[in-house]
Order: sequence, then C-alpha cells, then structure tokens
Amino acid sequence: MYATTYAKAKDVADAVSQLKGADEGKLLAGGQTLIPTLKQRLASSDCLIDLSDAGLSGISDEGGSIRIGAMTRHVEVETSEMVKKAIPALAALASGIGDRQVRNCGTIGGSVANNDPSACYPSALLALGATVHTDRRDIAAGDYFTGMFETALDEDEVITAVSFPKPEAASYVKFPNPASRYAMVGVFVAKTSSGVAVAVTGAGQDGVFRHGGLEAALNSSFSAESIDSVAVDDSVLMSDMHASADYRAHLITQMTKRAVAAC
Amino acid sequence: MPEGTMNQGIGASVRRKEDKKFITGKGRYTDDINRNGQLYAYFIRSDVAHANIKNINVNAAAKCEGVVAVYTGEDIAADGIGGPICGWTPTNRDGSAPKEPPHPLLAVGKVRYVGDHIAVVIAESLEAAQAASEKIVIDLDNLPAVVDPATAIGNTQIHDEMDDNVYFDWELGDETATADALGGADKVIELTVTNNRVIPNAIEPRAAVAEYDEIEDRYTLYTSSQNPHLTRLVMAAFMMQIPESKLHVVAPDVGGGFGSKIYIYPEEAVCTWAAKKLRKPVKWTADRTQAFLGDAHGRDHVNKVKLGLDKNNKIVGLRVDTIANLGAYLSAFSMVTPTYLHGTLLSGCYDIPAIYTNVKGVCTTTVNVDAYRGAGRPEATYLLERTMDYAARQIGMDPAEFRRINFIPKDAFPYQTAVALQYDIGDYEPALDKAMEMIDYANFGSRQAEAAKRGKYRGIGLSSYIEACGIAPSAVVGTLGARVGLYESAVVRVDPTGTISVFTGAHSHGQGHDTTFAQIVADKLGVPIDSIDIVHGDTDRIPFGMGTYGSRSLAVGGTAISKAVDKVIEKGKIIAAHMMEAAETDLEFKDGKFTVAGTDKEKSFGEIALSAYVPHNFPHDRLEPGLEETAFYDPLNFTYPAGTHICEVEIDPATGVVDIVDWAACDDFGNLINPMIVEGQVHGGIAQGVGQALLENAHYNEDGQLLTASYMDYCMPRADNLPSLKIDYTVTACTHNDLGVKGCGEAGAIASPPAVINAIVDALSVVGVTDMSMPATTEKIWRAINDATAKAAE
Amino acid sequence: MALVKMTVNGQAVEYDVPDNTLLVSFIRETLELTGTHVGCDTSQCGACVVHVDGQSVKACTMLAAQAAGSEITTIEGIANGDELHPMQKAFHENHGLQCGYCTPGMVMSAIELVEKNKGLTEQQIREGLEGNICRCTGYHNIVKSVQAAAQEMGG
Ligand SMILES: Cc1cc2nc3c(=O)[nH]c(=O)nc-3n(C[C@H](O)[C@H](O)[C@H](O)COP(=O)(O)OP(=O)(O)OC[C@H]3O[C@@H](n4cnc5c(N)ncnc54)[C@H](O)[C@@H]3O)c2cc1C
Ligand code: FES
Ligand code: FES
Repeated sequence: MYATTYAKAKDVADAVSQLKGADEGKLLAGGQTLIPTLKQRLASSDCLIDLSDAGLSGISDEGGSIRIGAMTRHVEVETSEMVKKAIPALAALASGIGDRQVRNCGTIGGSVANNDPSACYPSALLALGATVHTDRRDIAAGDYFTGMFETALDEDEVITAVSFPKPEAASYVKFPNPASRYAMVGVFVAKTSSGVAVAVTGAGQDGVFRHGGLEAALNSSFSAESIDSVAVDDSVLMSDMHASADYRAHLITQMTKRAVAAC
Repeated sequence: MPEGTMNQGIGASVRRKEDKKFITGKGRYTDDINRNGQLYAYFIRSDVAHANIKNINVNAAAKCEGVVAVYTGEDIAADGIGGPICGWTPTNRDGSAPKEPPHPLLAVGKVRYVGDHIAVVIAESLEAAQAASEKIVIDLDNLPAVVDPATAIGNTQIHDEMDDNVYFDWELGDETATADALGGADKVIELTVTNNRVIPNAIEPRAAVAEYDEIEDRYTLYTSSQNPHLTRLVMAAFMMQIPESKLHVVAPDVGGGFGSKIYIYPEEAVCTWAAKKLRKPVKWTADRTQAFLGDAHGRDHVNKVKLGLDKNNKIVGLRVDTIANLGAYLSAFSMVTPTYLHGTLLSGCYDIPAIYTNVKGVCTTTVNVDAYRGAGRPEATYLLERTMDYAARQIGMDPAEFRRINFIPKDAFPYQTAVALQYDIGDYEPALDKAMEMIDYANFGSRQAEAAKRGKYRGIGLSSYIEACGIAPSAVVGTLGARVGLYESAVVRVDPTGTISVFTGAHSHGQGHDTTFAQIVADKLGVPIDSIDIVHGDTDRIPFGMGTYGSRSLAVGGTAISKAVDKVIEKGKIIAAHMMEAAETDLEFKDGKFTVAGTDKEKSFGEIALSAYVPHNFPHDRLEPGLEETAFYDPLNFTYPAGTHICEVEIDPATGVVDIVDWAACDDFGNLINPMIVEGQVHGGIAQGVGQALLENAHYNEDGQLLTASYMDYCMPRADNLPSLKIDYTVTACTHNDLGVKGCGEAGAIASPPAVINAIVDALSVVGVTDMSMPATTEKIWRAINDATAKAAE
Repeated sequence: MALVKMTVNGQAVEYDVPDNTLLVSFIRETLELTGTHVGCDTSQCGACVVHVDGQSVKACTMLAAQAAGSEITTIEGIANGDELHPMQKAFHENHGLQCGYCTPGMVMSAIELVEKNKGLTEQQIREGLEGNICRCTGYHNIVKSVQAAAQEMGG
C-alpha cells in the first residue's frame, strides 16, 4: 500500500471538510473494496477518512420507506427485523453479499458509492426506486447510477443514507460468478403501486440497468410465464471469460422468472 | 500390549501429533521466520508474454530511499550463477536428446511469459522495494505470444536453441503392433481429450529467507519446499556452484505443495545469492498474484485417442498422440510428467495387448507447467476413463460392465503392461462392486426418473483408475533419464532412556508424517507413540532424502524407517542375548520386550537402550555401543493403488448448474497405517479433481496474459461446492515393501475428474450430448444442451 | 504514524505504526503473533480471519488504526490456558486440518458461525464457510469438525 494518513471523521461535515482539504482524500467505510484496491497498489490516497464514528449507521422505519444509514453494515441489514418485515428481499440480498466477514464490515454506503457493475445493492436501489441521501441533496436512484463504477456523486460528496420505499412485493435472485461470487447476473424484481420494476446487475456493459421489456411483460401479467416471449438484447451485455453475453441474457430471463416466482 | 501403546500402531486412526501447533497458531511457516537486519526482495516481472529486452534502467530505483541493491540478469550472469534444471529427461524417438534451453534466474535478452523475472530490488522494507520497483524503466520490443499448444509447433520461435518450439518428441510402446491391432479391430473409437490447465494454489504462498554466515562461509535457506535436499543439491551444484555442505536448507512447516513446491524457483536462488553479496539476510514472500504468475501450473494436454475393440467389446489396442504444453521454461519434472509418468499408465486397469503413445512437449509463452498432484497419472486416467465411457456409450454397453470385462483379471498378476510397467498385484472388480453398492448404482434409474420430474437431469459417472506411486526404483528410472536416485533414507536414533528420534528424508506439508511414521515405529517397537519424534525438513539434521511427491512418502520413506527399525531390533537382540546369556536364535522381540523362547527371561526395550549407551554388560566383541541405525530404501518397483470412484450429479438445465449429489470411492491402497489420515488425503484429492472438472481453469488470452490471476477470477472449490464423500477400501497388500503399503496422496485427484465429466455426459445424454470439456462450467453445459437440442430438432 | 491501542487476546497493546499498516501486519509483524496467516491479495481466502469485538473479519482488509480501541482475538487467544477451545478440539479429533495454513482462519470463522447460529445444517455450515478456502482437506472433515464443535458448544 502506498503511504497514506488515516483519520476518523467526527461527523459528516468533518468528513466533507477533510475531503476538501486533501489532494486525494478517500472516504473509508467498510474497507471491503477500498482496502484490497489500495493494498494491491491499484489506487492511492493521501488521506483516508474513516466514517465509522460519523453517526451514519442505523436503520429506521419512516412509514412509507426504510431508511438505512450509509455506514450500516451488510450484516445489520441481513439480520434487521425491521428490514426483514418491510422489505424481506433487501435483507435476503444483504445476506448473499460476499461472505460473513465481508458482511461484518461492508456497508451499504460503500457499495452504493462504488457502484461495482457486479454489486448487489444497486439493483435494489433501482428496482425499488430508492433515494440516495447525501450531505447536500437527495438523488433518485434512477439518476444516481451513471455507468460502471460511475455515479452522480460529486468528488467530495458523502452519502449519508439510502431510503427504500416499501414495495408490495420484491425479490432478488443472484447467479454468482463462481470465482468471485459477486453477481454474474442478479435480478431485483419489485412490485409497487406504480408498477413492476426489474433491475439487472452483473450483466450490463454500463452497470446496473432496468429492463423495459421484462417490466412491460410483467406489468401486463405478473407471472414467470409472461416473460417467456421477452427477448433480452445481449448486445448491451458484458461478455467475458466467465459468461458470454448470450448466456448472461439467458440468465437474466431465468433469474427474473425465479424472482417473480418468489415474489 | 504395554500400557500406553494401545490403539496407536499400524491400522489405528491415531489423532495427529502435529495438530496441536497448527490449531493453536504455533505453526512455523517460512514467512513466520525473521532474521535480524533482514532485507526484503521484490521481483519485477514481465507484464508481456514475449519480448526482446532492449534496455533496463535501474538507476532511479537504485537511488530510492531504503534500497540496498537492484540486480538484473546481467549481474547474475556475471557471477556465473546457473538457472533451474530439469531433473529427468526422456530421449526423443529418433534417439536424440531433448532440448533444454537455459532458464536464467533473471531474464537475459528476452522475456518469455507474463511473470518472467526481470529484476530484483532489495531494500530495507518490502514497501521500499516495491516502491522502487516502479521506478525501473524497462524497454521491451514485443514479439508475438504463443499460447495455444496445439499450434505452438513451428510458431514464433521462443528459444534460440529450439527452432520448432518442441522440447521433446517421445514415444512408448509398439507402434506397428498397435496399428495392426487397430487395423484389425471390430470398431475403433476416436476421441480428442483435452486436459485443462490448472494452478496448484497451495494456500501458503512460496517464501524464502536466506542468510550467509561469513565466518563459516555457509548459507542457510529457509524455504517453503517439498524437498529440501533436492533444493540443496540443485542449488549448490547447478546454480550457486558451491559445495553442498555449504548450503543448509530448512523447509519448516509448509502450507501445502501439490507439486508446486518441488521445483527450485529463481526467487529462492536469487535471495541466497544476494544474501552473500549483501552480507545480510534476504527475505521474499510471494503474494497470491505472484503465485499465480510464477508457480508452475499443472496438466495442459491435448490428446488424440484411438481405442480398438473386438466383436466382444474387449480392447485390442490403444493409440494416444499427446501434445503437452510445458510453458516457457523447463522445470524439475516437467519432461517426465507427460512421458514416463503418463505414457506408462495408459493401460489403466485394463488388459490392453497393444499400446502406443507419442508425446510432444511444446514450448509456449506461458509459465512453466510441471507435476501437479498426480503428475501424469491424472492426465492418463482422464483420457482413458473418458474414452472408456465414450466407448461404452457408442457400443451401447453399461459403462460398469464394459470396464469389468476389460479389467486385468485377478489371477493375471504380476501383469506386464504394453507400456513398460509391471503391476505386482491388484484386484479391480471388488472395488468396482463396492463403489457401486455404496452409491446404490442399481437404483440409479429411479433417482434419475425422480429428478426428471423436478426438471433436473441426473447422471452417474464412473472412473476406474490405477496409478503408480512411490516414484522408484533408481536403477530403472536411471535408464529412463532420471538424474537422481529415488530412494529414501531414514535414521532411527534410540536415546539411552528409550525415547526415539526418527530422521526422514520425506517431507510433510499436510500429510501427517509425524503421526503415520511414528505409528510404524511404535507398532514395531511396542513403545508409546509420544516417545517418538519425527524429524524432517532440515538438511543439517537428516542425512539425505528425496522429499515428498508422487505419493512416495509412506511406500518409500516409511519403508526406509521400517528397515532402520528392523536393524535396531536386530542389534537389540544381540545385546539382549548377551545380557540374558541366551542364544541369539532363541531371542524374540514382541510388544516392546526381548524374551528368550521357552523361558520367562525378558528385557524391556528401555533396558536394552540403556545398556547400549551404558555398555557395562555388553557384547563388545561384536557390536559398537549406541543404538542408532540408518537405512536407505530403494524399492524394486512402483506401487499400484487402484480403485473406482463414482460421482452422481444433478444438472439444472435452466442455468447449467451442476450439483454433485453423491460420491462413492473405493480405493485399494494396500495396508493402511492410519485410515483417518488416508481418508483425509482422498477427500483433498477429490476436491482438487472436482475443482479441475467443474471450476478451475488457467485462462490465457491470445496475448499471453493470464486472465485468471487472482481468486476473483480463478475459481477455487469452496465448502459449498462439494458434498460429503463416501470412502471405503479394498486391500491387496503391496508385494514388495515390508509394510504392504501403496500410497494414497494423489488417488483422489487422479480418479475424480473423469468421474465428474462422465456423470455430466450421462446426465446430458438424454438430450444427445456426447462429450464435455473441463472445466464443465455452467455456460458450457447450457450451451451443450442448446446445441444438442437444436441438432435434434434439425 | 498512528498510535494504535487495542486489546489483543486479553492483553492491552500499544504501538506507533504507519497509518497504512494492515491489521494483519500489525498482528503478525508488530505483535509477532504469526498464527494469523495471509493467503491472498483479494480478501477471499480467509486465512487471516480474526475476531474484532466478537465479529469475524479479514485482518488483511482492515487497517490496524480502524481496529484501535477494539478487543481482538486471534487463534492464539481462544484456548483457555492448556484447555483447547471446543472448535480446536473438534478440528483435532476430526482431522479437520492437513497443512494447517488455512486452519487458524477457518477455526476463527467457524467459531463465529457456531456462536451466532443455532441448529446449523451441513449445508448451512458449508455456506457459512464461504469466506475460507482450504486446498488440502476437501472440506469434508472441516464440516465434520464444525458439526462436532457445534454439539459441544451447545449449537
Ligand atoms: C470477498 C468479497 C466478496 C464480495 N462480494 C460481494 C457481493 O457478492 N456483492 C456485492 O454487492 N458486493 C460484494 N463485495 C463488496 C462489498 O459489498 C463491499 O463492502 C462494498 O462494495 C463496499 O463497501 P465498503 O463499506 O466496504 O466500502 P469501502 O471499501 O470502504 O469504500 C468503497 C468506496 O466507496 C466510497 N465510499 C464509502 N462510503 C461512502 C460514503 N458514505 N459516501 C461516499 N463515498 C463512500 C469509498 O471512498 C470507496 O471509494 C465483496 C467484497 C469482498 C471483499
Ligand atoms: S489473506 Fe486472504 S482473505 Fe485475508
Ligand atoms: S489444511 Fe492446508 S489449506 Fe486447509
């Protein structure tokens, strides 16, 4: 790892001011993405700002939505009675992220900030129409994810929480990459008052995306069979040694069916 | 039995003596060792597959803070330091010698694979070394990569010494007789079988700590090695060119090897060389990426197989043409693995009158390929067992029955194969029967039907394997190009108080020698197992040894110990006879006591030990005092473990996911010293084989970049990829070693891959799939189902 | 430099280390507790698992400074004097280790798994060990060990 300094932020304002004061400052949440990257010298930072004492963790029921603080660990979401009751699919999603050690450390804020194209959470945000709260604004999930590892966040912007509207029903089904166990295809299906949303992670060349065709079919009939006729265009999907685009397209259909069946 | 010696001898599942240190965190692996004032080495590796080196500028790096030295290949060459050598070379079929292009420790003139060592930075901290390494400017002139073994021959030349990229072109067996047999066969089954390339991945990465003692003019190297004596021999004689006695090699606790820690790599040699140059200890520890890029890979064969059958479906002949990818450089066993350890096993457990094989070892711009758990035998077993299964399907015969009618009959032993080996003993049908019973083969049909109702394809696959263990004997391997002897040594030292130290040349890196070897001694001497210490892994303490690989430790190393113990008993008898004033011929030794037949006279083992060192009443006319014996054991033959593994899978056609739902293994390892340890070896071997068959693959792109260079992309089997395993045994005791043992370390890895693939093909046969390559990834399976269904619809 | 104070295996420790020191380096190099191992660079093998305030974490993926103020338990700290932890005993009894390199991380991970989950099935144990790679044992005896320890630990 390149040399760096480490400091804990007292609160969000402190984190922002430390970020502004550093050349290449980086927020440190659960470290499960950032530390491996730093360790392998794939990234460097002159200043790591630890958010663990910034008061950003915790889950609350806001009536129509569940608000999860940015520093809430995956394990907390996985085991939260509140989440399990209101959005069980979200607890289930969290329980399938990485392994126990990763879930003990990794945070929702870190995951959402990183927007790894194979990460699980982004699909939940998109399908549930979540809102990303930051130190300065609220960003609708639909506007937030802007490409692979790309988000609408400014350089020195800090995610404070994510709010998930409670759906009528939802389910996430992940087909893991056999090696990394991140999503090779992950499909989050949500049924809300405004219709069905299908968000796909792990597969898109531009990261997480919603699939209009699948949504249309499910809006007309919410059943696994109804998507048999939907063609999933593989030209926008990733193709790599783990899975070609056409296989990913096939898996999107299969995972969607499973998610619908589990809703 | 004397007190404290119950349930500890041969055949008992004694809990391992070595466990305590490991479960309490007190193991001592190489990276746990630190020397005062040590420096850290960091190697700069090539990031391209093939290039001429135009210039290396180390000036900026050398000036970095904390940097003590930066060396390149020129510095190594200037000191006349040699590179790794090949320990066993076959002869080409035209009688010429194979090509052995040099392998400089640090590249000279050219780099030949991604990961090739270009330079080393030695600094006061690893961070400083790594930081400085980024300042080295390397000017390369890229050349085309050569990745695919099938097209390597005659492709872009990689070594000046080798114009066609062929290291060797070797044959075994009778080509004409085989051609005749195939020509006269009722049917000839043809199949191309590819054995994918895998990466060993011992969880402890390789490491080395080297130091130089100026006063004694002597080096000490701590290294994560399977065979410290071989390391000492090669490093002293071929690399450093120093007297062997000036190099002390210690392989402390070693976190797995699987073949990859047999070889002597550039890193440990460079550290040793630099330790003297800099007069400071030098430490190097690989990270996982370096392990992927630098440790020898395994397998990587393409075979064209022809199997001839007569009208009764008995095999009449077999021809196998193999291209083996050996990578950019040769290493210790890279040439013997695809030849003598592979071609000689092509008869499997079958009676095959005519066999011929041609193997071409080719050079590519990839990391070197060498023995990996099983070394040659998994390759032979895979192609043979895939072909057997394929053939059974072609002729419409049950695969178990087809194997059965072709097994070497029980009364045919010793059996001379058509490919040089003579199997001393075996009985293959009982293992097949038992395995079939264990997995309830008879009722497979109903399980398959039940799975079909759930929309799953269920399949069952067999693999009846044989292997040759205990690499030996020296006289034979010598005529076949081996440059070392393959015996093992043991010293059994009895202390005056009757405690025992056993010094063995074998090395344990997970196999449990401390326990198994102690059991042999405890059993033979009737002393408590806790009074026995097994010492290994240190060239200063052990006279000599060839290390641990090829499932040889017990059959060869264990037998050497047994023989040394026999000598101790013989000497003890002479002492006891003298003390009890009896005739030696009347002396018996049993349960730790020397007794005189027909009398109640007895002396305990401890009393005899004491009198050997306090020789007041002692046969001085016949013996020297002391009680320490050495034995070198050079076996007469290989040992031949064999057996049948059966795998049952269920496939989800919607995704291509394969679930291994059951596994039955019945192996014949001869006598078992510690069944618990044996079973553990089988489990581990099966997991590696399942990994190769379903998950693992070293993937190079056409530019020669290794795309699977971390666990993010190289798929290691994890606990949830595997089922619980059913293991049982049959026993035919090896006829030519004292213990009747055969070896069990590799069988699981040898038997398992074809069992998995045969099960998958069986499952998919409902849609018309006839073949599947390794690893059988979910995508491949999905595609095979699609393609077969589309074909059927045509 | 950061002044890192924490409790390791019940003992208070305090060292000045560079800010970028990983917890695993702090444990292995500064404290010379070499039972915690390193087997990968991508946070996947689990050879480095320790407990931080009762939670299993990968010590290679945490800075020492992040763990400041915490209670750390490593493989060296789970036995009670000469009395082995039930998980250690179970690994020994069931031959749950071969080369021993993955073992410390495996044991630490398994302890948390059993402590936090009652009535684990074989499949749940297999899935619960997802973050630990073993190349030697084929996991069969590791699973058996965890089952045996779970019995002992009242799981
Ligand atoms: C072995 C392994 C397996 C994994 N498997 C999965 C998986 O299956 N599915 C999955 O989704 N993920 C997986 N992950 C990733 C894991 O979920 C990470 O925890 C997550 O992606 C990053 O969260 P973190 O809290 O660790 O963030 P960190 O690593 O600390 O930070 C990640 C990035 O986000 C930034 N950041 C962090 N917090 C904030 C904030 N509040 N505001 C703005 N920027 C911020 C950081 O500066 C950094 O750039 C895996 C990780 C590992 C190591
Ligand atoms: S060392 Fe591999 S996960 Fe920590
Ligand atoms: S015991 Fe060797 S890696 Fe697990």
